[in-house]
Amino acid sequence: MSQLWDFSGGIHPPENKIQSTRRPIRTARIPERLIIPLQQHIGVQAEAIVHVGDRVLKGQKIADVTAGMGVPVHAPTSGTIQAIELQPVPHPSGMSDLCVILQPDGKEEWVELHPVENYQKHDREEVLQLIRDAGISGMGGAGFPTTIKLRPPRDRKVETLILNGAECEPYITADDMTMREHAAEVVSGMQVMAWILRPSRCVIGIEDNKPEAIAALREAIQGTQIEVTVVPTKYPSGGEKQLVHILTGLEVPSGGIPADIGVMCQNVGTAVAVSRAIHEGKPLISRIVTITGDAVQEAGNFEAMLGTPVSALLSEAGLQPNRLNRLVQGGPMMGYTLSTDAVPIVKTSNCVIAATAQELQTPPPEQPCIRCGQCAEVCPMELLPQQLFWYAKAEEFEKAEHLNLFDCIECGACSYVCPSSIPLVQYYRFAKGEIRTQREEQLKSDRARERFEARQARLEREQQEKEQRRKERAKAAAEAQTKKKAEAERAAAEGEAVDDRAAKAALVQQALERKKAKTAQTKAEAPAAQKKPDIEALEKQVTQAEAKLNTMQGMLDEAKAQQADNVEKLERAVAKNHDRVKRAKDALAEARKQIPAEPETPSSE
Amino acid sequence: MWISFLIAVAVLLVLALVFGGLLGFASERFKVEGNPLVDQIDSLLPQTQCGQCGYPGCRPYADAIADGDAINKCPPGGESTIKALADLLDVEPQPLDAEHGAEQAVRVAVIREDECIGCTKCIQACPVDAILGAAKHMHTVIESECTGCDLCVDPCPVDCIDMITVEPDIRTWTPPAPSIIATDRQGATV
Repeated sequence: MSQLWDFSGGIHPPENKIQSTRRPIRTARIPERLIIPLQQHIGVQAEAIVHVGDRVLKGQKIADVTAGMGVPVHAPTSGTIQAIELQPVPHPSGMSDLCVILQPDGKEEWVELHPVENYQKHDREEVLQLIRDAGISGMGGAGFPTTIKLRPPRDRKVETLILNGAECEPYITADDMTMREHAAEVVSGMQVMAWILRPSRCVIGIEDNKPEAIAALREAIQGTQIEVTVVPTKYPSGGEKQLVHILTGLEVPSGGIPADIGVMCQNVGTAVAVSRAIHEGKPLISRIVTITGDAVQEAGNFEAMLGTPVSALLSEAGLQPNRLNRLVQGGPMMGYTLSTDAVPIVKTSNCVIAATAQELQTPPPEQPCIRCGQCAEVCPMELLPQQLFWYAKAEEFEKAEHLNLFDCIECGACSYVCPSSIPLVQYYRFAKGEIRTQREEQLKSDRARERFEARQARLEREQQEKEQRRKERAKAAAEAQTKKKAEAERAAAEGEAVDDRAAKAALVQQALERKKAKTAQTKAEAPAAQKKPDIEALEKQVTQAEAKLNTMQGMLDEAKAQQADNVEKLERAVAKNHDRVKRAKDALAEARKQIPAEPETPSSE
Repeated sequence: MWISFLIAVAVLLVLALVFGGLLGFASERFKVEGNPLVDQIDSLLPQTQCGQCGYPGCRPYADAIADGDAINKCPPGGESTIKALADLLDVEPQPLDAEHGAEQAVRVAVIREDECIGCTKCIQACPVDAILGAAKHMHTVIESECTGCDLCVDPCPVDCIDMITVEPDIRTWTPPAPSIIATDRQGATV
């Protein structure tokens, strides 16, 4: 027998387990309608993938999680989807959540199942995927998706795999009965998990108040390397951290998980579910739940389909409504009161107590703390419950956190022993909730501040850019203005170009001027050139005209002398030639008058 | 005798110079930019940027508090913020100044999208850029980023923005504080 360690604190409340272990596990009847919540574990809510009116088969996936931590939900039996609506769910708040309402047709038609013949021949990742697709989440209480738990960080090798069969809380016997009746499945499920994790040690931890379960498991582990370790009965030895300490002597660090010290804890119910998922291909659609309490006549365990209303199970267990005072989900230490019996059984429901008024009495009014210190003595986490209470009540959450409030496992041992009947755990839950809300608000306000500051920065930048552009425009305008002015001045003064444009303009101007000058020169030269030949021509004309006149005068003189009849004609011709000579002489005189003035004109331009 | 007197003076002088130099170095080397108190105050304010305190945002109000303004002008923060500020500044907590509004449950803006005309006025008003949209296209509020500051409601020309109180659901629920203790209860009934 391996060595056991003891954890500090702990209590021994009345067990009250015998009522529900007298009968074997009964299969609950198919209820009139199944209420299947889309969220049955911590993590994200699954999304329905069926529609109202759809017919579904037993084991068919009806909701799945696409992103984030979660597992799918399956139809527990064949039937028709009646509605997808808000229904009360088992939750301490008593609030409603989205549920798929399935009306069973009673045919129990299965979908095609794909059992894995020899899982060792498959990839580990494939087997993990099968476990996820079977919708398995922890069945002990918190309900952590099993696949994620079975995938510890690479640097954390799991040395010890523990199957938690301690079931320390009073009244609850679901794990006890599972181990008694399904020992083989418990062991085969553990073998699958051990194959995935390859630990060096596999232990099933059971409290010594379950001799039948111990015997059944001892028989089932024959030929395997699994050990069955019996631990002394003490509440809360079934707490994960406590069981790890009892079996290994190791302590889970504050804020850490058992995988940090190379240990992993799984519930026996989860092992059965894993075994069924791999060897039979069946998803998690039912669980074993203890229906007990003095208000039911036939207390016992039921294998109930997920979604079965608590009321249906209570009537099957012979509820006496007139005796029922309080309905508690979970155990008397850590459970919570249900506000209605319409809530369904979910993957994490292990027990429903239909308590009479004498059985679970309304706690007496809270009295002031007398600092007796009993709470500190029983605290299994070695915290300071009275200090935590003090700060939680004064809402000095920071100080409570400083005293490791978040290490509290809410086992209720302190409340149980408190002579002032202070509901200590309620104070701790309240403080934890407030701290979580405050953290979320802080995160949100930080994000808002970031966004606000980013926006401010952006607006400022835009403003600056605008200002910059405005300035640039103003500068450009001013420059243009001064340039114009300067140009005007320059043009007025000497026409010298300052910048390229002005220089160009000046060049053009100069070119124009040159051109003008050139044309003027040519113009000036042209008349002179014309006039010179003109005068010469005129002189020639004059001499020709004079010569002609002379010849005509000679001919006239000859004719006068001869008394010829052409004298009149010749006289007219001589007169004509006289005119011609005179016109030519006039023109010549005029031309000669113009010439001396003309040479001056080019230089003036 | 004069010698020992001079030695004492010299020693003190050297010490004064050395420590003076050290202090001078430290004040340069470990210089803190801005007022760290303003940051601390700012981190306690709820960052709704609603301006109900009379300042254009939480940071300016933090500046004002650091300069001695009253700590009870923040309705979104309510009593818890006033208490936290009182703790930080070591002053007496005061009740919320009603002039600046009353503390109310967390709200978010929701645009009735079929009535939105796409004027972008609310986008310009939102201090945390939580409204998405473009001109002449429908706008919508990014609910997770909305601080419920109310600033987008007034500019909307068609009044299509509602402030919706966020109802606690099963996922945001937290356990309530246990009821009062027995002696208090007795006192209350007398």
